[in-house]
Amino acid sequence: MNAISFIPLLLALILSPLLFGVINRTKALFAGRRGQPLLQTYFDLWKLLQKGAVYSRTTTWIFRAGPMVGLAATLTAAGLVPLGNFPALISFPGDFLLFAGLLALMRFFTVVAALDTGSSFEGMGASREVFFSALTEPALLVVLVTLARQTGQLSLTAMFSPVSGGHWLHAGPVLALVLVALMIVLLAENARIPVDDPNTHLELTMIHEVMVLDHGGPDFAFILYSAALKLWLFAALVVGIVLPATPNAWLNLLLATGGMFVIAVIVGVIESIMARLRLVIVPQLLVGAGALAAVAFLLGLI
Amino acid sequence: MTLLLLAMAILLVGAMAALLLSRTDQKFPWLGACTVVVAAIAGCIPAIQVLLGGATEQFHFPWPVPYGEFFIELDPLSAWFLLPTLLLSALCAIYGVGYLRSWQGKRSLGPVWFFYGLLVLGMVLVLLALNAVLFLFAWELMAVASFFLVTFEHERASVRKAGWIYFVATHLGTAFLLAFFLLLARETGSMDFNVWVKQGIHTQGLAGILFLLAVVGFGTKAGFMPFHVWLPEAHPAAPSHVSALMSGVMIKTGIYGLLRAFTFLGAPPLWWGWGLIAIGLTSGVLGVLFALAQHDLKRLLAYHSVENIGIMALGLGVGLLGMNTGSSVLIVLGFGGALLHVLNHALFKGLLFLGAGAVLHGTKTLEIDHLGGLLKRMPWTAAIFLIGAVAISGLPPLNGFVSEFLIFFGAFKGGTLFGGAIAASLLALIAGLALIGGLAVACFTKAFGIVFLGEPRSEHVARAHEAGWTMRLPMLALAAGCVLIGLLAPVVVESLQTVLESFTRLEPVAVGENLATVASPLTFVLIGTGAFLLLLLSLILLRRGLLTGRRVGQSTTWGCGYAQPTSRIQYTASSFAQPLTDLFKPLLGTRKRILKPQGIFPPEAALETMTPDISNEEMYRPMFERAEAWLSRLRWLQHGNVQLYVLYIAATLIVLLVWKFR
Repeated sequence: MNAISFIPLLLALILSPLLFGVINRTKALFAGRRGQPLLQTYFDLWKLLQKGAVYSRTTTWIFRAGPMVGLAATLTAAGLVPLGNFPALISFPGDFLLFAGLLALMRFFTVVAALDTGSSFEGMGASREVFFSALTEPALLVVLVTLARQTGQLSLTAMFSPVSGGHWLHAGPVLALVLVALMIVLLAENARIPVDDPNTHLELTMIHEVMVLDHGGPDFAFILYSAALKLWLFAALVVGIVLPATPNAWLNLLLATGGMFVIAVIVGVIESIMARLRLVIVPQLLVGAGALAAVAFLLGLI
Repeated sequence: MTLLLLAMAILLVGAMAALLLSRTDQKFPWLGACTVVVAAIAGCIPAIQVLLGGATEQFHFPWPVPYGEFFIELDPLSAWFLLPTLLLSALCAIYGVGYLRSWQGKRSLGPVWFFYGLLVLGMVLVLLALNAVLFLFAWELMAVASFFLVTFEHERASVRKAGWIYFVATHLGTAFLLAFFLLLARETGSMDFNVWVKQGIHTQGLAGILFLLAVVGFGTKAGFMPFHVWLPEAHPAAPSHVSALMSGVMIKTGIYGLLRAFTFLGAPPLWWGWGLIAIGLTSGVLGVLFALAQHDLKRLLAYHSVENIGIMALGLGVGLLGMNTGSSVLIVLGFGGALLHVLNHALFKGLLFLGAGAVLHGTKTLEIDHLGGLLKRMPWTAAIFLIGAVAISGLPPLNGFVSEFLIFFGAFKGGTLFGGAIAASLLALIAGLALIGGLAVACFTKAFGIVFLGEPRSEHVARAHEAGWTMRLPMLALAAGCVLIGLLAPVVVESLQTVLESFTRLEPVAVGENLATVASPLTFVLIGTGAFLLLLLSLILLRRGLLTGRRVGQSTTWGCGYAQPTSRIQYTASSFAQPLTDLFKPLLGTRKRILKPQGIFPPEAALETMTPDISNEEMYRPMFERAEAWLSRLRWLQHGNVQLYVLYIAATLIVLLVWKFR
């Protein structure tokens, strides 16, 4: 482990809030608006960190612990995810299980923190969050086992670095299916359209945002930052599948970082041209993602 | 072995003494518990010795029962199950002293401790027996003792009904076991397990039948779907320390029996592995779905036991696939994961049932929708329950994650090594286990969030009080166990070596190498856990640093401008689970009764949901009704006339004698 291996983690820490800026700019462009500054998320984080806090009398230490556990889990997960062909800080066989486990831990604490407020809005959001994530989890793991089978590797770094090379030539259909499934997982896990709409004006229609309604100040800064990091991590997985590998490691890194923002633009485009799905349709989309990944796995068996 | 025999003697004498002394004197509430604790300590020592690689010991004793022999052995497989059994028995006994205090003086507690001692004795004997007759005797002892414990509050009709369901189910299971043992005895001409292992079964058809008999017989005790119907009835009815013991370890004797049976049956064909994976997926997914739909906390936990037994079955299935294909990775990771999950489930399920008992003790209700806000009144119980909830959801850094890691890892390995149908079945396993994990998070955020967080939903909570120390200490010990296994994962996994060696008959090197392939990733997981805890600590300090000197106010929860929130508008457990129960409605068969509000000033509105057990409704009820209709034709035989009954016996004997000497 040398200084260079910290690069993907550092990039994630520094650049992840920029993804939200790119998404918002893309959406503004589609809507014919100027949009907020690219660095708005950084300004928001800074502003929130300066504030005090107000806590509901109903809440307990669980409510205060939620954002911290969430951010600590996401930060740890950030050490496990490679950026394109650039290896992660720590990689070992089965590291994706820890990755999924940490994200589930974050979800667990976000949900109980939401229930701690006793608000029916937050209860509703929490209920939908566990509902959708229970269906996303199989899709994510089936995507991973398909990639594991394709590459014969069992760590995220080893799984994602050879994929982008010659694999597209002889296993193109498999990878394409996996890519679609992973993209749906990305949208669902990060509370984006068509699963969730972070920008609605009504608490009733939100999922992730409504769960954190009562948080403010530094707590909310933690939540915002871990949401940005989580988006970055999933985008890094998608980039890892798509990006071609060149012999030059630094060029790879540059391409991968660029790729991250392309993903952000794509998310922005999807959000601009699609409406949010009705809640009852969302499970079909998520189960569909799992089914696509399963088809990819079975296709790889032949 | 001397210590083990001593432990059994202490259990027996303690049970008798508790029964006899309770008649005359109520001053010995500790007696029953103490003997169990002493016996557990005495029994744990040889178990640990054997697990650390000590020699296995046997003990013979002539027994006048035909074909029977008091023949016991402590081998690593027995020791692996014995350890959590004794540990949980002792902790639940200590808890029981505090839990039963509210009945003291109102009724004699002697029988409870008598049957508790016998239940522990029965479980120990089941795990040690090497003779089929002795095994069945111990199996019955366990079943009968636990029946009397389940029906402790027999003045309530619902408890009596639950007791009967349990009694019938366990004996139907035993009937299959009887057939299983008789077939084996006829084939080998012996009742000795060692002979069975040595001779093996060489006809495929017979082995298949024996496998099915074992799955049904042992599966009924373990709670495989659809043989699980007694679990959600019996566990809520029993006193909480007994439910913890039954759910934590007693049902694992089914898994033990199945593992023991595998050693008799020779090389497994592929369909055994697939069968267990299918059973595991059914039990796992349906178990957690039914758990989600429950309104009673202990019923929820009981269904969760079905789910966890399913996870163990998945591990066993992977192991069997490995045995068939000769892949030592799958054998070690599959069976290893299942065995480790046995231990882990004993810890966190014991913990959760004891926590539910503390809730019942404090509030007098287990109706989830009547609770809420208990964390403020029962901070200890809440924190401990949270640890159990995180552990059972299989989340890092606690112990549930470790055993699921093993099974997942085995499936991923198999998915890359094998092609065709094996890979496809492992794909189903991975998707299913992931779904189970996601649903478990949903279920336990519901259980913890609705019961302990928010505002109190009824006056039950207002009177709530924290559990006493006799109840709190055993829960703390179990919680510490969950944390420790999570933090010592690589060591714990390495400790599976002796069990797997003796059970799988693989070369020690092969077992060691394969355990190392999972122990080294777990070391990295530990580094991750360390990083996580460090980050968490620094975030706590950062937050404290940021908030000092700033204004930290208090207010009511934001309700979109709604100024007068009441606890009645909180989200309930039913509404929390509604999206999932609706999605899986075809599997759950949840029934709703809705009275919609009507008119401008609606006078009333109501919603009621019920989720009766589908296999009970669709399978057992019709089956038993038909059996009753048919058998009632023979009712004229039962007239209550003792002389005629004696005549029946005499007639039967004469017929048999004539048949013998014809």
